[in-house]
Amino acid sequence: MNVLRTLAHNRVLRRIAAALLTLFGVAVVVFIMLRAIPGDQITANLGTEAAGLTPGQRDSLTRYYGLDQPLVTQFFSWLGNVVTGNLGFSARAQQSVLDLTLSSLPVTFQLAAMSIIFALVIGIPLGMLAASRPDSMRDGFGQLVGLAGLSIPAFLLATTLMSVLATSWGFNPNGQGFASLVDDPLLNLQQMLLPSLVLGFGIAAPIMRTTRTAVLEVRSDDFVRTARAKGVPPRRLQFKHVLGNALVPIVTMTGLQFGYLLGGAVVVEQVFSIPGIGRQVLLGIQQKEYALVQSSVLVIALAFVIVNLLTDLLYRAIDPRVRA
Amino acid sequence: MTDLTQTTPTAQLPAGASRRGHRIRALLRSRSGLIGLIIVVVLAVLSLMSFLGLTPHDPIAQNPPSRLLAPSGEHWFGTDQFGRDIFSRVAAGVANSALIALVAVAFATVVGTLGGLVAGFYRGFSDGAIGAITNVLFAFPPLLLALSLASVFTRNWFTIAVAIAIVYVPIFIRVVRGPVLTLREIEYVKAATSTGQRRVAIMLRHVLPNITSIIIVQITLSLSWAVLTEASLSFLGLGAPPPAPSLGSMIFEARTLVTVAPWTMLAPGIVVVLLVVGLNLLGDGLRDVFDPRGNRKR
Repeated sequence: MNVLRTLAHNRVLRRIAAALLTLFGVAVVVFIMLRAIPGDQITANLGTEAAGLTPGQRDSLTRYYGLDQPLVTQFFSWLGNVVTGNLGFSARAQQSVLDLTLSSLPVTFQLAAMSIIFALVIGIPLGMLAASRPDSMRDGFGQLVGLAGLSIPAFLLATTLMSVLATSWGFNPNGQGFASLVDDPLLNLQQMLLPSLVLGFGIAAPIMRTTRTAVLEVRSDDFVRTARAKGVPPRRLQFKHVLGNALVPIVTMTGLQFGYLLGGAVVVEQVFSIPGIGRQVLLGIQQKEYALVQSSVLVIALAFVIVNLLTDLLYRAIDPRVRA
Repeated sequence: MTDLTQTTPTAQLPAGASRRGHRIRALLRSRSGLIGLIIVVVLAVLSLMSFLGLTPHDPIAQNPPSRLLAPSGEHWFGTDQFGRDIFSRVAAGVANSALIALVAVAFATVVGTLGGLVAGFYRGFSDGAIGAITNVLFAFPPLLLALSLASVFTRNWFTIAVAIAIVYVPIFIRVVRGPVLTLREIEYVKAATSTGQRRVAIMLRHVLPNITSIIIVQITLSLSWAVLTEASLSFLGLGAPPPAPSLGSMIFEARTLVTVAPWTMLAPGIVVVLLVVGLNLLGDGLRDVFDPRGNRKR
């Protein structure tokens, strides 16, 4: 009994349980969206050919897809399929959605990882620079870059960068077929450079703003004054004492931006022809392959929930005060 | 930038018009607020011109002989590949974006505020239920949710607005619920409860007025996100169907023309950025006015 009580009181486990519950809700929403599509699964799968079906054929197809079952039964059989890895079949690609996802998801993760690196490399120094002298020129510059990051749509930056670099410098690695990181690392990194810069620039803005606020807040804390009085060298003070303590909000903000990243990936992957999961969703929508769309959306939401969970756990690891 | 005489919404201030005048003056004094206001007003006039049909040309009428003309006195921003006047199209695009963003944010504000009020004020079951819905909606990346919803509906400007609204409802719920939790414990709310007023009346008369400033700031910031989302959707071909001009789809069409006729992308690109910058600055300015402690976390 004691073990059970400890489990129930363990915040990490409670957080995981909450995430699982949220995922169930996500599945319900995705299922409802699938049902809300005009026409049923038969029309969705057969397209215009569905008009030529005899009533008998339609009946047997209805039974085949389980559409004659109550909605709740349909939901759980669909959920059962999804959980066991049966995400449906893409007629256009002649491949299972699971296989498609297994090849597209790593591409998006690589894009996301590179974007976050760019965002941190741009955002944290800029935020520290802005905070070093509030309301000065450099602060104004930082704020301006932040505002630009928040306000320039990813699709505009992506199209402009691509066409300008292609026409004036002939740099267009994305014009060739996509190279995976394993097959041709050099070309792959060239192809991923612009997309991740574009996405990273968008997330750098909130990271910069968060860094600025956090650094300003920590700097006015008593322990920083004590450290300074003790004679800690300025550089060490800035990085170890101030930045170290400002990291918690920065990590949280970076985790929060992952959602922006996954959404923005749809746009950027489309512009740069990168075969990630965002483009897979878009292709599914354009070709009306709803099974593909629903499964991909579900996978993305799953990734998002897991990342949020990890951020939360990481945050506990960094900040001893929230450990329980 | 912050005006320290301006206090939190709960403080005692001469009521009504003078307080409003004070805030407007404070907004005009803050640099970002003033710049934002000017940009937004200029673009609002532009879209009003388009609504009233006062643009120099018809934004949809094609005129092949005058295709891809550079900017001139006749065509201020040049013409596109069908000979359509880009200035008129940009004006119509801003009008469409503004309409969709306004409807979406209005819907999200009403539903989200109501949800946040009920969740924070009544607690208990309604809080749990609303919290669960919020969590689930937050589990989708925002643009992806809008995209999937837009793909489900038959697309026109209204369904796009609804798709964007659904994404922003949970944000309003969260923003409203927090302060309501604090407000319900404050003396005058308790006093109102003890005098036997109905809970709905207390919620609307004593709690809601105290969160209006938070809601106003959130509305401005959400408008800028809504404009960005609408533009992204129409860029991806999931906005209102053509020939309705939209800034996003204009940029999409211009991407192959940018080397031959850069103005086709320049005009809609600059205007969409200006619109979002204006709304962001206005939001920042309003936040400084309403919240002198300058909470810039989100």
